[in-house]
Amino acid sequence: MKSTYLLLKTLCVAACLVLSGVTTALAKEALPMAQDPVLEKRLILISEELRCLVCQNESLASSRAELANDLREEVRKLITQNLSDQQIKDYLVTRYGDFVLYRPQVKPLTWVLWFGPFLLLVVALWGMFSYVRQRLSAQTTVVALSEADRHKAQAILNSGDAP
Amino acid sequence: MKKFFIPLGIFLVLVAFLAIGLNRNPQEIPSPLLGKPAPLFSLSTLDAGGVKFGPKDMKGKVWMLNVWATWCVACRDEHPLLVALSKANQLPIVGLNYKEVQAQDAPAGRQLTPEEKLRIARERSAVWLQRLGDPYAVSVFDLDGRVGIDYGVYGVPETYIIDKEGVIRFKKVGAVTLETLQSQILPLLQKLNAS
Amino acid sequence: MIVEVGHFALILAAFVALVQGVLPLAGTMNGHQRWQALARPAAIVQFLLIAFSYGVLTNAAVTDDFSVKYIAAHSNSLLPIQYKVASVWGGHEGSLLMWVLMLSGWTLAVALFSRTLPLAMVARVIAVLGFVSVGFLSFILITSSPFERLLPAPLDGRDLNPLLQDPGLVIHPPMLYMGYVGFSVAFAFAISALLSGRMDAAWARWSRPWTVVAWIFMTIGIALGSWWAYYELGWGGWWFWDPVENASLMPWLFGTALIHALMVTDKRGGFKAWSVLLAIGAFSLCLLGTFLVRSGVLTSVHAFASDPKRGVFILIFLVLVVGISLTLFAWRAPKATLGGKIALVSRESMLLANSVLLVVATGAVLLGTIYPLIIDAMNLGKLSVGAPYFNAVFVPLMVPVIFLMVPGGIAHWRESRGKELGRQMRWPALAAVLAAAAILIFSERGTWLTAMGMALAAWVVVGLLVQIVARLQKPGRIALSFWGMHLAHLGIAVVVVGITLVKGYEIERDVRMGLNDTVSIENYSFELVGLNEVNGPNYKAMRATVNVTKDQKPLEVLYPEKRRYFSTAMPMTEAAIDAGPLRDLYVSLGEAIEGDKPQWSVRVYYKPFVSWLWYGAILMALGGLLAVSDRRYRKSALSAAS
Repeated sequence: MKSTYLLLKTLCVAACLVLSGVTTALAKEALPMAQDPVLEKRLILISEELRCLVCQNESLASSRAELANDLREEVRKLITQNLSDQQIKDYLVTRYGDFVLYRPQVKPLTWVLWFGPFLLLVVALWGMFSYVRQRLSAQTTVVALSEADRHKAQAILNSGDAP
Repeated sequence: MKKFFIPLGIFLVLVAFLAIGLNRNPQEIPSPLLGKPAPLFSLSTLDAGGVKFGPKDMKGKVWMLNVWATWCVACRDEHPLLVALSKANQLPIVGLNYKEVQAQDAPAGRQLTPEEKLRIARERSAVWLQRLGDPYAVSVFDLDGRVGIDYGVYGVPETYIIDKEGVIRFKKVGAVTLETLQSQILPLLQKLNAS
Repeated sequence: MIVEVGHFALILAAFVALVQGVLPLAGTMNGHQRWQALARPAAIVQFLLIAFSYGVLTNAAVTDDFSVKYIAAHSNSLLPIQYKVASVWGGHEGSLLMWVLMLSGWTLAVALFSRTLPLAMVARVIAVLGFVSVGFLSFILITSSPFERLLPAPLDGRDLNPLLQDPGLVIHPPMLYMGYVGFSVAFAFAISALLSGRMDAAWARWSRPWTVVAWIFMTIGIALGSWWAYYELGWGGWWFWDPVENASLMPWLFGTALIHALMVTDKRGGFKAWSVLLAIGAFSLCLLGTFLVRSGVLTSVHAFASDPKRGVFILIFLVLVVGISLTLFAWRAPKATLGGKIALVSRESMLLANSVLLVVATGAVLLGTIYPLIIDAMNLGKLSVGAPYFNAVFVPLMVPVIFLMVPGGIAHWRESRGKELGRQMRWPALAAVLAAAAILIFSERGTWLTAMGMALAAWVVVGLLVQIVARLQKPGRIALSFWGMHLAHLGIAVVVVGITLVKGYEIERDVRMGLNDTVSIENYSFELVGLNEVNGPNYKAMRATVNVTKDQKPLEVLYPEKRRYFSTAMPMTEAAIDAGPLRDLYVSLGEAIEGDKPQWSVRVYYKPFVSWLWYGAILMALGGLLAVSDRRYRKSALSAAS
């Protein structure tokens, strides 16, 4: 009796071990979608700056459209041909025009775009400083404060309360 | 004080641009290939023989390249016009069948070989052209869309006119209409044929 | 029949709005008190009429009245009830009706909560709002009526766009529109100040609470939109610099500038013209946004179906409203007196710098948004301006704005000594340096950008702590607005942390998974254990069961889905998210992959601190709420009136 029991137990344990071994062997670390993760990383970086031409304002990286798939495949091919990022972008611009770039190239046509904000900042700061300087020497009518009012005013100024 | 008018001035300039913009279509993309040589290719034709065709074969002639597919609804709309155009013998039309075979055409579980794809594409186009008329002097097959990318194709149908030196002179995205034909294509043909 | 009555109510409302615009305003010019007094009742009547009209449209949606063209286009009998209600604002015509409802609602609020304001001021403000309402109502009635009939009525509607069938739709647009429309109140106050010729501190004091409330709604609206895109679109993005997003960001930036400039105008009587200009600008940007989104001049994933005729109408309206306002400004603003003397280093100058920088940032966003349009209009070709541009330009412009939060709070009114200021800022400075160093030294993926972001956040947080401690050491009750300010600024710091850390440290795995395959990120593991077909009320879906473990211990089960709605051919991804205060785990199910073994493409994201984006927005909104609740606002409005 005891030996049969022992045998059964051993068989059970053995079966469990085998089964768990089998299932862990079947379950595995999922393979990346891409064949080459390094290449894919570069693809994503490049295609984030490219436009999906058949979408309503989506990048080539995130679009699921058919043409987007084709173009991503094309970029992959160009990456394996060892083209630089700029060369890959030029390749696409030759065929599709500037429209395909989400980061506009810096050229005379886009000088206003790229340097405009900076210029605006300079002009705005200059305007602000000249205004403040003007106000530094501004003459404003001085109203005489009563003693009580002056103390009240001083208290408020010193409290530094939020506006 | 004049400076207080600056915001109004800026606003009016902005409005002017917006007003002009209302008449533009932000989805229409002009082709950068106008005035450039037509990209070369060598593709299988509709006839089962091994003969390949490319733009080189059209040197010396003014010709039209029409990008189409049987799954494309708008292609059906423009097709009668192309048939009429070919009958009028104005210029040879080359049909570029674009990505005819798609992922869902593959049987479950495996990919189609290029030969299988070509066979399916030829069969389908032959049936379609027989039913709707064949305006094409030559039909070629761009199965994976690579030639399309070279030509900057982003939506079928698209139509190009290429001159005697092999330079692209005109591109139309979308179906060719009577208006396009009359106002743009035919005058251009006259000009190109004269040179 | 009721639909036609609803339509008629709208026509009546337009007439009432016209009366509301003309008579009270005329009354302020010829001194007729009676005409001025018409403003409030007119506002009430207009609200009732529009509310009725809106109710009619909602009723049509809820009762599946597909003889109404708009309902047939945007609703469906299978739609759950909350989405039927929400479908009212899901399309162009209905969303405009909601806009106009909110406008009349805000006008009603002004009518009811303005007892302490002088009648003439109330009359002008409500009149201006009336004219704006006339514009929108005419737009609706002439080009975009939601009450058009479709006969014979179809058996069922076309369905609401599946992307919109989501709780996000139920709250995001209403919040956003409350903000957009709310800025019209600040605008109305500014215009009435210009009209009366009295641009003194009073108008600023009265309009501050209204402006802050509008800003709160706008903040919540934008944050909700961002959050919705994040969990709905399926790839974890939360801001795309899409033209429609920019259309909401620009008024928000101007609104923030306005709130800060109004502080100076209120307390010190300075920057009167500037505040007025900002108020006009904020509302103009709201109108401009409406134009950009509905006219078809720009491509956007959000854009309503475009129609150039509508574009022309909105453009004309824009030209009239903004053109007249800016002309009025150019005429009247020079007469505004200057406020008191200020020093180069003072709270006033800091606040001025804040609004100037925000205006420049807005200008940059505007430039990028319409540049393709400008180039096209000049026949110079077609180009795209996308996220890379905006990120490159906007971020550097916002850094000084956020930086100024600390000295701006510490500096005294009128004049602050530089050395004194510097001394109080040494703790924040130290914190910033330490934060940057910690990132650069201890984090292997930390870039200088990450370091700068964390330094900025540390600067702000320690800066506000220093101010709170300093204030607590002084006697006297602390005003609610003090807490409000610091809470709102804390919110910004929290958002900065969120953006910096998620962009710096997020991890994405794009894998093919069969049953029982696993993918790991950091110490989390994701195992695909099942895939079932499920039926929804108006869709069929493939639902995956993903077991998530952390450090080998079971954590959560996620159920990402790929849905196919009956109404459209587009498959929709419903990502499964395990949200947490320190990180989000985001699983998105892709398509089945052809092959001998059944496999699916799955995307798994690890997004650290992404929730801080939304927490920060909540803090900002709460901060605004605290500030508005400050009794001083209301009391001082009373005293200003006397």
